[in-house]
Amino acid sequence: MTLQSPGVRSTNVIDLTDAARETPRQLGGRRPEDRLAVIGAAVSSLAITAAVFTQLTPFSGVVGFLAFAFATFIAVYALIVSFDEPGPIVRDRLVAVLIHGAAAFLVAALAIVVGFTLWKGRQALTHANFFTEDMTAAGPLEPLSVGGIKHAIVGTLEQIGIALTITVPLGLLCAVFLNFVPGRFARLVRTLSEAMTALPSIVAGLFVYATVILSLGVGKCGLAAALALSVEMLPIIIRASDVVLRLVPGTLVEASLATGASQWRTVWHVVLPTARSGLATAVILGTARGIGETAPVLLAAGYTTGLNADAFSGPQVSLPLAAFTFVKSPEPAMVARGFGTAAVLMLLVLLLFAVARVLGGRAPGNLSRRAAAARRRRSAQDVRRMQARSRREARDDDIPTIWSTT
Amino acid sequence: MRRSTLGGQVAVTTARTTHEVPRVLAARPDPADVAFRWLARAAGVMVLLVMTLVGLFLAVRAEPALRKAGWRFLTTESWEPDAGRFGIAAVLTGTVLIALVAVAVAVPLATGAALYISEYAPRRLRTTLIGLVDLMAAIPSVVYGLWGLFLLQPEILVHGPRGDGLPRWIATYFGWIPFLSVTGADPRDPLSTGTLYTSSTFVAGLVVAMMVAPLICSIMREVFSQAPAGEREGAYALGSTKWGMVRTVVLPFGVGGMIGGTMLGLGRALGETVAVFLIISPVFVIQPHILQNGTSSVASLIALRYGEATPFATAALMAAGLVLFLMTLVVNFVASSVVARSRSGAVSDA
Repeated sequence: MTLQSPGVRSTNVIDLTDAARETPRQLGGRRPEDRLAVIGAAVSSLAITAAVFTQLTPFSGVVGFLAFAFATFIAVYALIVSFDEPGPIVRDRLVAVLIHGAAAFLVAALAIVVGFTLWKGRQALTHANFFTEDMTAAGPLEPLSVGGIKHAIVGTLEQIGIALTITVPLGLLCAVFLNFVPGRFARLVRTLSEAMTALPSIVAGLFVYATVILSLGVGKCGLAAALALSVEMLPIIIRASDVVLRLVPGTLVEASLATGASQWRTVWHVVLPTARSGLATAVILGTARGIGETAPVLLAAGYTTGLNADAFSGPQVSLPLAAFTFVKSPEPAMVARGFGTAAVLMLLVLLLFAVARVLGGRAPGNLSRRAAAARRRRSAQDVRRMQARSRREARDDDIPTIWSTT
Repeated sequence: MRRSTLGGQVAVTTARTTHEVPRVLAARPDPADVAFRWLARAAGVMVLLVMTLVGLFLAVRAEPALRKAGWRFLTTESWEPDAGRFGIAAVLTGTVLIALVAVAVAVPLATGAALYISEYAPRRLRTTLIGLVDLMAAIPSVVYGLWGLFLLQPEILVHGPRGDGLPRWIATYFGWIPFLSVTGADPRDPLSTGTLYTSSTFVAGLVVAMMVAPLICSIMREVFSQAPAGEREGAYALGSTKWGMVRTVVLPFGVGGMIGGTMLGLGRALGETVAVFLIISPVFVIQPHILQNGTSSVASLIALRYGEATPFATAALMAAGLVLFLMTLVVNFVASSVVARSRSGAVSDA
């Protein structure tokens, strides 16, 4: 036997004389020698790389070290595996190593991006005034104990609030339209909004700059930024909720229509509640995208150092724009503020994601344990109510009841 | 018997003939339903209107600049609108090169990560990883920009006075490939400066790659995980290894999703603004050397110049924005149609 799938125990002897003692063959899992091959290759590649970097050549640098070690690991591992496995299995193992490497790299990159921002932001975040003051009193040379980003927090909350008031009803209604009023027009809208999901944020900003600020003559303000964010978020929310609504089981919709419910009652009482957690996730994903956009705010709302709680007039800054403006300054304190602002922004996005996780993001009809229990209780209550009514009607009309009266 | 609340009255035609005639089901829709449909349709019209207005307004505002520049708008390198010499040849080249570097780096990474999530990861790890990738896609671009400007460029890629690091290494050993050379760099000169390798197309492309990789990854993962279970089992039953199964079943099935995801990533990379703005140092000549200091992109040009622009210069910026808009729109259209064509079983039962 030359070709065997990975991990099959070739030494497993089945005792056919005693059928009762027959044990199932183990098809998956790893053999000890597989694990040893990985460990051996890792140790060997580290040793070779260390020798090359410290003794043999003038190579240096962490990136070079890691890249060289990974390449050596692949070579050594291929050699070890090829001692006792045929070609296809060697290729299988090598691809597995590459794929694991790519996934680990991506996760490590995420960890570095998040960790680096939090680490550099810690100086600013430990000052309480960072959250309670704006930047009017803080010149470029002021230390971190003066000034903060209250104005940016207020700006972000107001802009995203306005954007959500526009996009949530419009986006959800449009997704309902795409799914329940089908036709050529719906297809056109779907194609267009799908193509718009990757609308460059600067173009959204430029659009609002061209319409609201240049054509209508409204000055730069939070409302304009919110409109730009809406243009940016709308296709994302539509697309995500369209996908969620498409997953609502057609049997549920038809059951509702068959009981005689009208279409809008079906949508309101069956479709939307069924897809609730998915829709919430769609909205949160759109919010997370909108909250981090810098370019639209830069073009539409301008920059100010002071607190401006009125979104309808005057420049209003948001968190990403504040971070962007801070780090362009050469002063270390300003750069630290920039990182602090970016950290606050990132924590906000993390919080949104945590909320999305708690809400579920479950597929329609796939309930959490508590929701399922609540639904069972309500269903039992309905049965009791119907039994009571049918008993009452049976008493009045003297017709035998269809509900068991136990 | 109480009348049930049927949405419409059903006219029943009973035929007296022996062969049955199908019933005529003429439903008169409920007024509430009619209102609902019109409301939904209005939302659709509204969304369509907004989306068309974006292109329309940009075109109207860009018209004076485009009329003045004509076709030279696409071939001029410099950007001096008030002097009458302006065009997007340089910025467009920069945009495309940055996006290509980003996609070239992101696609292998994203493919590997997507295959890991859909094929190799333990079940429990899978949902966590999907969440992490989605989170990575949602991290604001300004955070990636900060990371690129303060960690990736000065600490990892170009460090020390001579600019040691990956770009220098590539330029030294692969400089004979035309677009990888760096003019003015002499690897044997110990006094050569490192700033030659900073703020380049390559660095900006790497930062954008980190931003688009999760996007591409999540689309690929979705398509890979839809590969039919029967064919997977079939491949295993024929004695295939895991990679053999992936190569013969999962990848051919997911090739549309891979192309579409790549193009969606490309569309996103073309439009990236702040991260690129923070990294690059703008120049207005066509810069084909991706490792060399100085490049530019349409989005960062707009962010850089809109503030102090005269009305005519604003029109020129609008024209640049219009070109960017049309380019991403075409890329996205192609991408989403490729993804849609490849996706099977998008509609649920019933």
